[in-house]
Amino acid sequence: MFNYKFDWAIVTSGKYFEWIISGLGITLELSLVSIALSFILGLIIAVMRMSNVRPIRWFAHGYLEFFRNTPLLVQLFFWYFGSYKILPKVINDWLNTMSFEFAAAVIGLTIYTSAFIAEDIRSGVRSIPKEQMEAARSSGFSYIRSMLYIILPQAVRITIPPLINQFLNLAKNSSLAMTIGVAELTYQARQVESYTFKGFEAFTAATLIYLALSLVITGLVTLYSKKVLNPIGAR
Amino acid sequence: MQPGLDFSVIAQNITHFMIGRYPSGPLGGVALTLYLAVVALILSFFGGLILGLMCVSRNRLIRYPTLVVVNAIRGIPLLMVIFWMYFLLPAFVGYRTPESWTVIAALTIFTSAYMSQIVQAGIEGIPRGQMEAALSTGLVPGQAMLYVILPQALRNMIPSFVNQFVSMIKDTSLAYIVGVSELTHVATQINNRTMIFPTEIFLFIAVIYFIICFAFTSLSRWLEQRLAWRKAI
Repeated sequence: MFNYKFDWAIVTSGKYFEWIISGLGITLELSLVSIALSFILGLIIAVMRMSNVRPIRWFAHGYLEFFRNTPLLVQLFFWYFGSYKILPKVINDWLNTMSFEFAAAVIGLTIYTSAFIAEDIRSGVRSIPKEQMEAARSSGFSYIRSMLYIILPQAVRITIPPLINQFLNLAKNSSLAMTIGVAELTYQARQVESYTFKGFEAFTAATLIYLALSLVITGLVTLYSKKVLNPIGAR
Repeated sequence: MQPGLDFSVIAQNITHFMIGRYPSGPLGGVALTLYLAVVALILSFFGGLILGLMCVSRNRLIRYPTLVVVNAIRGIPLLMVIFWMYFLLPAFVGYRTPESWTVIAALTIFTSAYMSQIVQAGIEGIPRGQMEAALSTGLVPGQAMLYVILPQALRNMIPSFVNQFVSMIKDTSLAYIVGVSELTHVATQINNRTMIFPTEIFLFIAVIYFIICFAFTSLSRWLEQRLAWRKAI
């Protein structure tokens, strides 16, 4: 190891550089698609969790507990290997028309992340004073409408920093998609390693890319909290 | 394939799921998952404590490098850490290490970074007056931290530690990547052997993970309420 010859040119130019960059592309694509979907799903679950109708609330509660307390890897395996038996034929056929690895990764990551996002949104909603809801209801809005037009817009505004953090988690979690054959960043780094035996360089490149990604995202959160949530620096 | 789930595959392999090939071979399955999680938790408790104390150190030469390292580890996926350990651990130790060591080392480093944040928040959550009072009774800063601040801070951190343990149990599933035969790996082995029961197998291990993790999540919630109640009186 210590008389190992470093060859950084392998990951900074040529074919292997292109592999790494294409991996980054897939990582970003996977993360962006999944964060958008899991935001919508998380919003729905959060509203269901706060519903006054018990079965709906219980369903959402069960959903949250189940998907938060099982490993993402197992969920990915379940959707990739096992979902065909429980999904209707129409959906299976539709999923098979596209890249199923990618689709399974999106489903798995979306459902897993939506459970965390739902909790973030719920704590955002909790921080909105109760009177807002009462005022909305007494001015004639239905429950759904007061949620949609009064509560959620305010809640989502405070929830944006944790949401961006969830996006970062998602980008990191998307590395697990390599286990079901999605050619994202970690997969490509491993691929470069097995083609060239230059594991050190390949993993350094991937690590630096992940670090840059998390630096940018953390910077965005800080900026948002400073400029939008707290523009005058009050406490 | 016609729908319809057949769980007899679970019943036939239940000991394999639970303890792997244990009496006649290495430990595996749920038992190995818990073993990895517990060993890594104990190690990363101390790792997190040391890193957390370094993060609140008044010496900048200690604080800043530690913060950089902690945030760097938090910025990369656990999978990356596992691959790094896969390369680096044998190089440092000097001989081929068992794969379970790779996983324990990776989980320890990864979780220590997260634990250090808990420790840091816990220490900062203790009122300033405690430190001032301790110092004015003649304790040196090290003693004040050890005997006054940490005992109170650690008690408040217990729920977060339990939550971290839940994440740890979930994270041990990644040991599958380097071929450690914990629950997820055993499940993929059985799936490869039986071929036609993936739904049943992965549903079953998801439920197993859920039971273990949910028990600890509930414990952490209970502890949190109990601590809040103790603080209130």
